[in-house]
Order: sequence, then C-alpha cells, then structure tokens
Amino acid sequence: MLLYLLRRVVYAVPIALAVGFVCFMLVQIAPGDPINAIVPPDAPADVVEQVRKDYGLDKPLPVQFGLWISKVAIGDLGRSLATGRPVWADLRSAIGNTLMLAFAASAIGFTLGCVLGGLAGTFRGSALDRGAVGIAVAGVSVPHYWLGMVLVVIFSVQLNWLPAMGAGPGGSSDWGWDWDHVKHLILPAATLSVIPMGIVTRTVRGIVAEIMNQEFVTALRGKGLTRWGVFGHVVKNAAPNALAVMGLQLGYLMGGSILVETVFSWPGTGLLLNSAIFQRDLPVLQGTILVLAMFFVALNLCVDLVQTSLDPRIKRA
Amino acid sequence: MSTTITTAAEAELAVQARQAVARSEGYWAGVWKRLRRDPVTIACAAILLLMLLAIVFAPLLSPHDPYQGSMIRRLKAIGTPNYPLGTDELGRDILTRLLHGGRLSWFMGILPVVFAFAIGSTLGILAGFVGGKVNMAIMRTTDIFYAFPSVLLAVAISGALGAGIFNAILALTLVFIPQIIRVAESVTQGVRSLDFVDAARASGASGFTIVRVHVLGNVLGPIFVYATSLISVCMILASGLSFLGLGTKPPEPEWGLMLNTLRTAIYVQPWVAVLPGLCIFVTSICFNLLADGLRQAMDVKG
Repeated sequence: MLLYLLRRVVYAVPIALAVGFVCFMLVQIAPGDPINAIVPPDAPADVVEQVRKDYGLDKPLPVQFGLWISKVAIGDLGRSLATGRPVWADLRSAIGNTLMLAFAASAIGFTLGCVLGGLAGTFRGSALDRGAVGIAVAGVSVPHYWLGMVLVVIFSVQLNWLPAMGAGPGGSSDWGWDWDHVKHLILPAATLSVIPMGIVTRTVRGIVAEIMNQEFVTALRGKGLTRWGVFGHVVKNAAPNALAVMGLQLGYLMGGSILVETVFSWPGTGLLLNSAIFQRDLPVLQGTILVLAMFFVALNLCVDLVQTSLDPRIKRA
Repeated sequence: MSTTITTAAEAELAVQARQAVARSEGYWAGVWKRLRRDPVTIACAAILLLMLLAIVFAPLLSPHDPYQGSMIRRLKAIGTPNYPLGTDELGRDILTRLLHGGRLSWFMGILPVVFAFAIGSTLGILAGFVGGKVNMAIMRTTDIFYAFPSVLLAVAISGALGAGIFNAILALTLVFIPQIIRVAESVTQGVRSLDFVDAARASGASGFTIVRVHVLGNVLGPIFVYATSLISVCMILASGLSFLGLGTKPPEPEWGLMLNTLRTAIYVQPWVAVLPGLCIFVTSICFNLLADGLRQAMDVKG
C-alpha cells in the first residue's frame, strides 16, 4: 500500500516534467521568433540580440528547456509583454479568485449532483430518474458561456437583482466576506456549476444503481435494516469513486472557467488568459497554462492517493 | 493518470466489444429495430437532419445578405417585419446569420472529431493490438495530454498558434485524439484476448490480416459511438474558442462569434443576443442524446 502510494508520487514527476515541456513548446509553436515572446516587437536589433544571449535562445532546444524549467522551478515565469510586470505577481491574485469561483461552483454542482444522482440511482426508471437524467444531459450539453449570458439577462437586466460583472463593488478584485461580494459570486458560480452538476449526477446515478443491484443490499434489507441504515452502507460504498470524479471535476473547473470568467469579467486566471490571448502576451499565456496544468496534475495525484486510502478494496501493491 | 473510474469505463467497453463478437448476423437489423422504438433518439436525429438541411441550403433560405448591415436598422427586436429574428449590432439579419453561421459551427464541431477518430483509433488499435513497447510509448504520451483539462489544452494550443479556423480545428483535434486513443486501446485489448484471434494466429494469419478481418469490425462500433458523444463537447468548445476570439474572425458568421459580438447588446435586445447560444445548445444536446441512443441500441444486453 505504502509502496503503491510512493510509486504514484514518483510517477507524477515525469508527467509534471512532460506537462512543463508542452507549456515550453507553446511559445515554440507560436508563429514567429520565440524572442518576440520576451521583447516587444519594436525593440532595437542590438537589444534583441543581447536578450537572445541572456535568455540562452541561441542555444539548442533541449538546453533552452533546461534553462527555462530551472527558472520556473524558482518561481520565475518571466515578465508580461503588456505590463512589464512579473507574470507570477499577476497570477497570484488571479488564482485566488479562480479558486474561489471553482470552490463555490463545485459546492453547488456537487451537492445538486449527489442528491439528483443518488435519487435517480435509487429509484431507477421512475419519473424522478428520467427528470434527473434530463437535467444531467442538459447540464453537460449547455454552452456555459451562453447560460451565463442568459442568467445575466434574467437576473441583472430584467430583474436587476444581481450584478452582471466583476468580483466586488466598484470593480475591486479583492475578496471580502460581505453581501456585496457574495452577490457578485452567485451568477458566475451558478453558471459554472452546471457542468459538474451534470457529470456528477450521471456518475453518482450509475454508481448507486450498481450498488443497489448487489446482493449485500438485499441482505441488509432482509436483515431488517431501516432505509437510513441501508443508505449509510450505500454511501460508504459509493464514496471513493464519487469523490474521485468530483476531485477531477474541481480540476476541470479551474482550467475550464476561462469562458465563464470572460462572460462575467471575473478577475481570475481565465480573464488573465483571455487578455493574454487578446494582446498576444505569450509569457502570461504560458505561465498561466503551466500553473493551471500543474495544479491539475497535483490534484489528480491527490485524488488517486485519497481514493486508494479510502477504499480498502483497492489493493495495488 | 488512470483512476478507477476510467478503468471501470474501459472494462465496460471491453465487455461491449466482447458482446459485439457474440452477436450473430442480424446485428444491424436489431440495432435499427431498437433505434426505431426510441422516440427521443429519432426526434434528435430529425432535428439534426433539419438543421443540416437548413445550413446546407442557407443561401436559398436566407432572406438577406449575411454580411450586409445597415446603421439605421441596428438591433431590431424579434418579430420586426422582414427581420423575423431581429438584427445584430451592425444591422445584419439574425436569421440569415444564424443559417450561415451554422455552417462554420457544424464544420468546426464535427471535423476535429472526424480527424481525431481517424488518427486516434489507428494509434489506439495499434497500441492495443501490438502491446509491449509500442503500447507503452503511445499510452504514456496520451497520459501527458490527459494531464491538461481539455478546455485549457484547446485554449493553450490555439492561443499560442493564434486565431483562425485552421488553428482552432488543429487544437481541437489534438484535444480529442488522446481520449479516442484510450477508448480504442482498451476495446482492442478486449478483442485481442478472444479465442478467434488466437485461432487466426495459429492458422498463420499475419498481424495485419487479423486486425483487418477480425479486429476492426469488432472495435470500430464502440469507438464510433464514443466519438459521436464527443461531437457535442467539440461543438461547445469550438464555439467557445470563437467566443474568446480564437476561432473564426469577424465578419464571418459563426454562432460562438455572434454570441460574443452580441454580448454588448444584452441591455438593448437581450433575447436577440442569446439566440446564437440557443442554436449551439440545441445542436449539442441533440448530438448528446443521439450518442446515448446509439450506445443503447448497439449495446445488446441479455
């Protein structure tokens, strides 16, 4: 068991390196000279040559990758072309906001998904089941950036209940725990929650339906256990797999919130990415993608470790 | 980065593949019979067919020119005479642009999946059938791309390459190849261990012949069903890229891009502004339900 966990951790290292390599290659596949990702296009030629030497861009690709990754390892993601500020400085505040949004969205999506999926799995074939499956299909099929717009039209334009943009009053991006801030979180979080809601509903429904078909549930019922007693056993059996799916969904939300953040001008990594794309600010693009992907790798690892330690049936030596 | 969920799904696919083998010659007749009895799938197929016809014959059906705007009739409401679905921020007819926009949206939603299906199933079947070092190389490379959330990977690649239809299609193809490889590999492994493959090998058939005669027919069905379910995701992602300004460029009509340019109009004509998204939603949900229906019809149980 311990050996398996250790092996899992060790296996994540080459994956992380490879993910780093893909991010490194992003600047290489970009049209034009990679030097344009470091100096502004209007820089004089001698400055360009100096920077090329300083950054080791005259060296072969593998050496360049080595230089880049060792800089990244100490938190140096380069400087933004647009603002000249270190990429990490902008990223740090953006990540907090994205995490906030992702956690709020998963809280809504996972709760609804578990309830709907659990009910649908228990009462399979009923009208309730069909309704839950319908909601789940709609949840995974809806273009969430459009759903965001529809919610803005209803709750901001027509009803004027909730703000349509930003993360706080007056366009501030600092988070605070008051109604003014929470009000800004509601629409983006609700929008982002529909995808995990749909996927969790489908998964939990499948898992619960499978468990309900097993003999031990019949045995528990036959033994005279109450409904809630049986429920406890089902939850215990469903939890490891359901948690694994939810963990991965949290990661997808972190990476996938770019469209929702764009719709709501939510000052997170997605909006940062969007402006980086718009201004062709490659260092910011590369840094943001790298940090989000590394976060996803780490999350994947955690999910695996937690799942293994939660589920005694998994005996991977 | 495999978790128990993916392995469970893979195991199920392997079972499907084995069942596919057990089926007799009336298989496709049976699939068709089951599909016919499934009203939801038939309805979705009908809606999609109508949409396809509408976008193919868009130039004939459109009342106006998709590019010709006018400053004096900007942002008209739904139901304006001559402009049944209103006009956009440049005074262009929304109905016309929706009809024409569907062409690019469908194109960008389906083509990456077709490419990914061709490349992914080739690599996946190769990995699953040959095994050993080939399998190791292909599947470990797949793991790397699995380490990115798919939206992020699509945005990263097309963001680096720059805006454009070609770049968006390339990025989306790269996003879906690993997913199809995984499914193709596990299905092929399921078939490879069956008796008739051993029998063919014992009777001297070459690897290529075995794949062509015995493996392909049994694995392409499940891979195809999986690919169909990806069209829905691809449609949302492709329009999403255009929404971010990464796919099509103005003034080209495309649903995602239209949604983006109409965003500023939500205070003036909110219901006109959300129409392109409704088209994406309807298409995406129909493809999703169609894939579900196909999966059920092709998966014989008992």
